[in-house]
Amino acid sequence: MRLFLYSLSALAVIALAYWAYNENYATQQALRRVEALQREIGANREKLSVLRAEWAYLNRPERLRDLVDLNFDTLRLVPLSALNFADVSQVAYPNPALAAAARDVRDPVDLSAQMPKAAKGAAR
Amino acid sequence: MTRIPLRPLARIISAREKGEDPDLIEAENIRLRHEEMRDLDRQRAEGRLLLLALGFLAAFVVVGARMGVLASVDPQEPHADSTSSRVTSTRAEIVDRNGMILATNLVTKALYAQPEQMIDKATAARRLAEIFPDMKADELLRKFNSGRKFVWLRRKLSPEQQQKVHDIGEPGLAFGPREMRLYPNGRLAAHVLGGVSFGREGVSWAELVGTAGVEYWFDSFLRDPNRDGQPLQLSIDLPVQAAVRRVLNGGMKMLRARGAAAVLMDVRTGELRALVSLPDFDPNNRPRPLTRGDASDSPLFNRAAQGVYELGSTFKAFTAALALQSGAARPDTMIETRGPLKKDGFVIKDFHDYGPRLSLTDVIVKSSNIGAANMAAAIGADAQKAFLQKLGLFDPLPLQLPESKRTRPLLPAKWNELSTMTVAYGHGIAVTPVHLAAAYAALVNGGTRVRPTLVKTDTVQQGPRVISQQTSAEIRKILRQVVTRGTASLGKVRGYEVGGKTGTANKPDPQGGYYEDKVISTFASFFPASDPRFVLIVTLDEPVETSGPKPRRTAGWTAVPVAAEIIRRVAPLLGIRPKIDPAPGMNYTLSSY
Repeated sequence: MRLFLYSLSALAVIALAYWAYNENYATQQALRRVEALQREIGANREKLSVLRAEWAYLNRPERLRDLVDLNFDTLRLVPLSALNFADVSQVAYPNPALAAAARDVRDPVDLSAQMPKAAKGAAR
Repeated sequence: MTRIPLRPLARIISAREKGEDPDLIEAENIRLRHEEMRDLDRQRAEGRLLLLALGFLAAFVVVGARMGVLASVDPQEPHADSTSSRVTSTRAEIVDRNGMILATNLVTKALYAQPEQMIDKATAARRLAEIFPDMKADELLRKFNSGRKFVWLRRKLSPEQQQKVHDIGEPGLAFGPREMRLYPNGRLAAHVLGGVSFGREGVSWAELVGTAGVEYWFDSFLRDPNRDGQPLQLSIDLPVQAAVRRVLNGGMKMLRARGAAAVLMDVRTGELRALVSLPDFDPNNRPRPLTRGDASDSPLFNRAAQGVYELGSTFKAFTAALALQSGAARPDTMIETRGPLKKDGFVIKDFHDYGPRLSLTDVIVKSSNIGAANMAAAIGADAQKAFLQKLGLFDPLPLQLPESKRTRPLLPAKWNELSTMTVAYGHGIAVTPVHLAAAYAALVNGGTRVRPTLVKTDTVQQGPRVISQQTSAEIRKILRQVVTRGTASLGKVRGYEVGGKTGTANKPDPQGGYYEDKVISTFASFFPASDPRFVLIVTLDEPVETSGPKPRRTAGWTAVPVAAEIIRRVAPLLGIRPKIDPAPGMNYTLSSY
């Protein structure tokens, strides 16, 4: 009986030692991985800051203005002015017939043929 | 172990036969047995002692060895808990009020040489001189041969330059990592941002230290590693700043002015949405300060927050506000304007003759120096001083720029009755345009003082009251008329009721007296007049308008049109709804269908 207990405890010690050894190495592995990840995060952060700087540089107002001037033919952008504001009361009520038609439509259908001319311009 | 009986029968019997005492045998045996037991105990105890000694020895050896290891190896940070606390060592970014980047960092490399490890010094020197035009080959060679072990060659390298230096293939040339400050928007807001330079540096690191602008003022804040890289958010609005700078620059060129400044300030929060001083500079390549001559000729000079100018008739609004606030006058009170007014050998004249008297409103609208002087004389020097003091015109600016702390307004040495009269129309007192902006904000925002700030706050300032709500409303009405029918008639902007006051002041001659044909022209404006949100100050240095038969220099022809154009451009950007009918042909119908 005693021999059995002795051998059992000896086996237990061996098993625990093996477990501790494994855990130790797993921990070290995890730490190495954390370190590598942190290095990667640092490198990515650095890259991100470079990209942010580049983005800010490409979006500087001076350059955007030059681009707007260059592409005036296609974009026709002009500075925002007081004329670009409107009052809610100036928004016309929708044409009742058209609104009813739009409500009944299950599948999207091109209504542009039914639209008045001015509205078509606005929709475009 | 064999146990010997204490009274062995054979020996007892033989002893009895011989007539000996058998107890002696027993005693002898007991002694022997005890000796045996003692020996055994000692042996066991010695063994235990030895074991104990071994145990202690092992423990001490372990402790000693660990101490030896700790003492001999380089210290290392524990890396098991490095995830919990992230400390950023980089300088924080500066962003505008919408989060757009105004200043950020870029990683770059510094170049140094270790002459001891160099193989071919002459070739290295020659090829370095080819890459960097500002280096001289013979000078480099002299440095390499001077016996020094370490020579800094360059603080910042572009990637192309780095590659070229690599291509030399010289092992004695090496790179150290560096961070450099980048201002992606170039000249925009240069005076606000300031600049940085390298502080203490080693081979593999260097401190970035702010040298001017908010970079200097918030230096410790930007360098604080505990803030985890949170950016500093300024009150500046990048698109607005860009628009203001562009219009002001155009106006300055057209009017052939030497310089210009514009300040756009929120009247409630005191936030400066735009602060422009022209000419400006590129903070990425900061010029050196002038060593001789006038500091204000340098582009580094901040005309908006550092330059003190006599801002002329813009001060009449303060005189009028004081007269209204003290109860001495109403907007329709008639003021003597008969001139010229002589006082202590000094003559106060008006631009035109405005007749014997004008109402207080018309004194401001037509900008009568004599009327303002008479008003101030009636109120007295003490009340005027106390009022201007309350508006913050006597103290250095409470602005987050290093130069503003050093810049004191220039006041009359002796505040006599004549000074009272000249200060009433803005002569004999010199303040910065930002001072003027803050004072005008206090006049029109309902009468409470605001302190200008460059940091985004969004909280309405509850400053001390300077004038009453009613006086503020009256002043707004009067200043609105300056634009609708007065000296600033070119300042009308469709949709935004602009109010304001012009000011044209002759520049003081350093030799004494004033120049006849050099002026500082200023327009202090606010909009919308019925419920002011922003104050805009535009100041031009020596402008001249030459479209007419005679060159015109008054603010109404120079600063006012520039300010009006600025308001036309930035008011929609600031999100102010115009009071306007929409342009014909604008229909908003059905577009959502």
